[in-house]
Amino acid sequence: MDLKVALPEGRVLEVVRAPAPVLSQAGPVVDPAAPEVLQLCADLVATMRVSPGCVGLAAPQLGVAAQAFCVDVTEHPKARSKHGLIVLVNAVVMDASRNEKAREGCMSVPDLTGDVKRATRVTVRGQLPGTGETVEISADAFEARALQHEIDHCTGLLFLDRVAGAHAIHTRKVYLGSPDHG
Amino acid sequence: MTYLAITVLGHDRPGIIAQAAEALSECGMNLEDSSMTLLRGQFAMTLICAGEAGTDEIERALSPLLDDGTLTVSVREVPDESAHPALGNPYLITVHGADRLGIVARLAGVVAEAGGNITDLTTRLAGDLYVLAAEVDLPADVDVETLSGQIAEVAGSLGVDASLRPVERDEL
Ligand SMILES: [Zn+2]
Repeated sequence: MDLKVALPEGRVLEVVRAPAPVLSQAGPVVDPAAPEVLQLCADLVATMRVSPGCVGLAAPQLGVAAQAFCVDVTEHPKARSKHGLIVLVNAVVMDASRNEKAREGCMSVPDLTGDVKRATRVTVRGQLPGTGETVEISADAFEARALQHEIDHCTGLLFLDRVAGAHAIHTRKVYLGSPDHG
Repeated sequence: MTYLAITVLGHDRPGIIAQAAEALSECGMNLEDSSMTLLRGQFAMTLICAGEAGTDEIERALSPLLDDGTLTVSVREVPDESAHPALGNPYLITVHGADRLGIVARLAGVVAEAGGNITDLTTRLAGDLYVLAAEVDLPADVDVETLSGQIAEVAGSLGVDASLRPVERDEL
């Protein structure tokens, strides 16, 4: 399946942090062909690329309530399925199975992590920005988790809305010298 | 700004947190970090709050909690250490097995000797089963394999199962 999209030059923007209201707002469906949507998608990719360790970013994290996100887990050691760069608008999870709990962090909640149960196999349907072509992506493991995390952002949910219990929120410390620092 | 460390311990009943939080709020104290759980059915809450009120004022404000004689409350001023830097890399120790005197003491001893700092600890006794989960910051220069071996040795001598593994985190 070809997920390639033609995007304009992206800008590196500041990532919005909770408790910004936009992060808790369900984003509207967008027109995949609209120039401002293409620009938004390009900005998402550009900002993800410059953020160390970042494997995905959603429109609300750039301050825009909209159903658009990008994901790229190619370099991640825990990824099994790897679709390369995925940029989707108006995406929904069609099918999800095999839940597993893992600790998640998010650039919009830099000081905390949380234990979140998510499906390890998903099928996601969305549209490619530009052509508006509808695609279905089946992903597993880390890529599945990343897709669900970003689609959650598009609907105004943070991992904090899904933590597995009252003791499932953890303070993140700065681990100097740790490989995944950042 | 004053930081107060408050503990409330004792017989559980509905409304303890509501009563304590209301009293703190009326004194303008902002409840920052808190942790509460039931330990063998006993209410156990520890919290740090910040504001302008002093120890005496908060003790007075919380004194209605003491009315039925089943709770103890302590209030103490503490320095602001929210920026306290962590020591190294996060690991999780889990233990389960038959209850044995001294499991925590022996394991924590091994961790401390290695320079590790326990940042979170839960132990539960359920019937004959004893369970422990501890998050530990290990300095970067700790030989994790050696420590893992020492933990296995202690666990083995107590007849329980133990594991040490890195805390994994998915950055999204
Ligand atoms: Zn996120």
